[in-house]
Amino acid sequence: MDELLKILESLHPDVDFTTREALVDDRVLKSFDIVAIVSEIYEAFGVAVPPEEIVPENFNSAKALYALIERLEDE
Amino acid sequence: MLFTSYAFVGFLALTLLAYYLVPGRCQWPLLLAASYVFYWAASPWYLLFILVTTASAYGVSLKLAALSGEQRAYLAAHGDLTREEKRAFRAGIKKRKWAWLLGCLALNIGILAVTKYTNFVIRSLNALTGGGLRPVDMIVPMGISFYTFQTVGYVIDVYRDRQPAQRNFFKLALFVSFFPQLVQGPISRYGQLSETLFTPHRFQEKTFSFGLMRVLWGYFKKVVLADRLLPAVTALTGDAAYTGAYVLAAMLFYAFELYCDFTGGIDITIGIGEAMGIRMPENFDLPYFSKNIREYWNRWHITMGTWFTDYIFYPISVCRPMLRLSKWSREHLGQAVGKRVTVYLSSFAVWLATGIWHGAAWNFVAWGLTNWAVIMISQELEPLYERFHRRFALRGKAPYEAFQVVRTVLLMSAIRMFDCYRDVPLTIAMLGSMFTRFDPRIFTDGSLLDLGLDGADLLVLGLGLAVALAVSLFKRKKGSVRQALYEKPAAVFYGTMAALLVCTVVFGAYGAGYDAAQFIYNRF
Repeated sequence: MDELLKILESLHPDVDFTTREALVDDRVLKSFDIVAIVSEIYEAFGVAVPPEEIVPENFNSAKALYALIERLEDE
Repeated sequence: MLFTSYAFVGFLALTLLAYYLVPGRCQWPLLLAASYVFYWAASPWYLLFILVTTASAYGVSLKLAALSGEQRAYLAAHGDLTREEKRAFRAGIKKRKWAWLLGCLALNIGILAVTKYTNFVIRSLNALTGGGLRPVDMIVPMGISFYTFQTVGYVIDVYRDRQPAQRNFFKLALFVSFFPQLVQGPISRYGQLSETLFTPHRFQEKTFSFGLMRVLWGYFKKVVLADRLLPAVTALTGDAAYTGAYVLAAMLFYAFELYCDFTGGIDITIGIGEAMGIRMPENFDLPYFSKNIREYWNRWHITMGTWFTDYIFYPISVCRPMLRLSKWSREHLGQAVGKRVTVYLSSFAVWLATGIWHGAAWNFVAWGLTNWAVIMISQELEPLYERFHRRFALRGKAPYEAFQVVRTVLLMSAIRMFDCYRDVPLTIAMLGSMFTRFDPRIFTDGSLLDLGLDGADLLVLGLGLAVALAVSLFKRKKGSVRQALYEKPAAVFYGTMAALLVCTVVFGAYGAGYDAAQFIYNRF
């Protein structure tokens, strides 16, 4: 989780990713950010997030995103 | 049958009447019949194309759903499989699903490409080689770009298990052909539109009158404002002698014409849906109040933007070769370059596709790629803007925000001139002339009255655009204008509706022999 938070904070240092629950709905994360996050996740965790998983529910919070990574690692 | 034709108004009135007279369970079949009549009236040949698209989407989506079902059943029945065995099974199913999806995409995008782009390729080859290939007399079905994208989106959603497949062929046929949105969108998602498209609706005075009010507002913007501006835009962009300040006039006239034309058409579309109790996605969110070009593209033709993001931008930018390229670039070219590679390449592909989608010509390619370049430059300049805003604390100040809005409108209007002049070098030369031959006197010495607009036209335009601006400002600050009117005595609401109707009939840009101009977005 710490590694993921580091990735997110490097994109938006002013955002508290531990508390935000609507990152996509509130337009904190936009399409360019999401692509950058997916690339970083690939590099850090070796997990490729497929396009069908790029939906607001998976990117609205750091917790949801981490759960996605764990699920994809498990699959 | 153009939306602005008397035939369409009659067709719509009959459809609405029948819609509320038949039993609820017959409403959607009635809409399907009406949609096919509407399309048949344009050309019986078109029906063949839309049937092929519908049938292929129907068959493939059922197959995709069956494969997903097979995967779920197999994994549920074989709980003792190792992770690797499960992975291998999923990969096998995914491969088969991908093959079906690819076939469906190849067929439908293929039809779109052949019908819309064959002559573009022939013309480009001739220009390149000096050859004399003759253009082909091709049928281009009305609204093919819109219904193809909408249908392809549905099939991809089924492939991604985000959407169950529709088992009723005729319901899917209605989703593909629903007449109000067939010719210029919005590009609906199946999950969203199907919520209200197939359910029975009882007549409700409020819903019906709200829908009708929006339809009238759409007609007002189209026939009173957009069609009135059309002769001036045609004159200004049809003669290369109109340089300098005239180019600025053309930019502004076309900005308002396109806005009134496209939002007017979408208001008619969404209003018809509302009158029937059917919800379609919004396509605009006050785009001319945007403070930068990215915000503008989030608020203009929204359904097209989100379609390209979900079905082109993300699949390209997160595919494995792109992820590997990104990793390689970070390792060999440094973090700064590496982290940009994916976004630059994917958004380039998206804007190239957006340009080509708008028209089979190089000017549209130039239009798309200019948008891309401006967005990328803005992205790169973001840290600079941030420093500027911290230093001068202008953010949130009304005059500065007004400056940002005007700047964005001017920038977008300039880029849009590729669409008007239809020639890339000419567009660049004409835009350049604004900096070398600008004579502001044309705005005050009556020169604009030589463009097919007389004083009365300018007065109607001025008043009409002021009303449109007032409506937008109200919407921005307080919300729905219709709701506000509805909360007043009934005479105010229905009086406004009657006034809209009278203004549209009296001030519509038509006279003897008038033939309403086709909606600009119909040709896309």
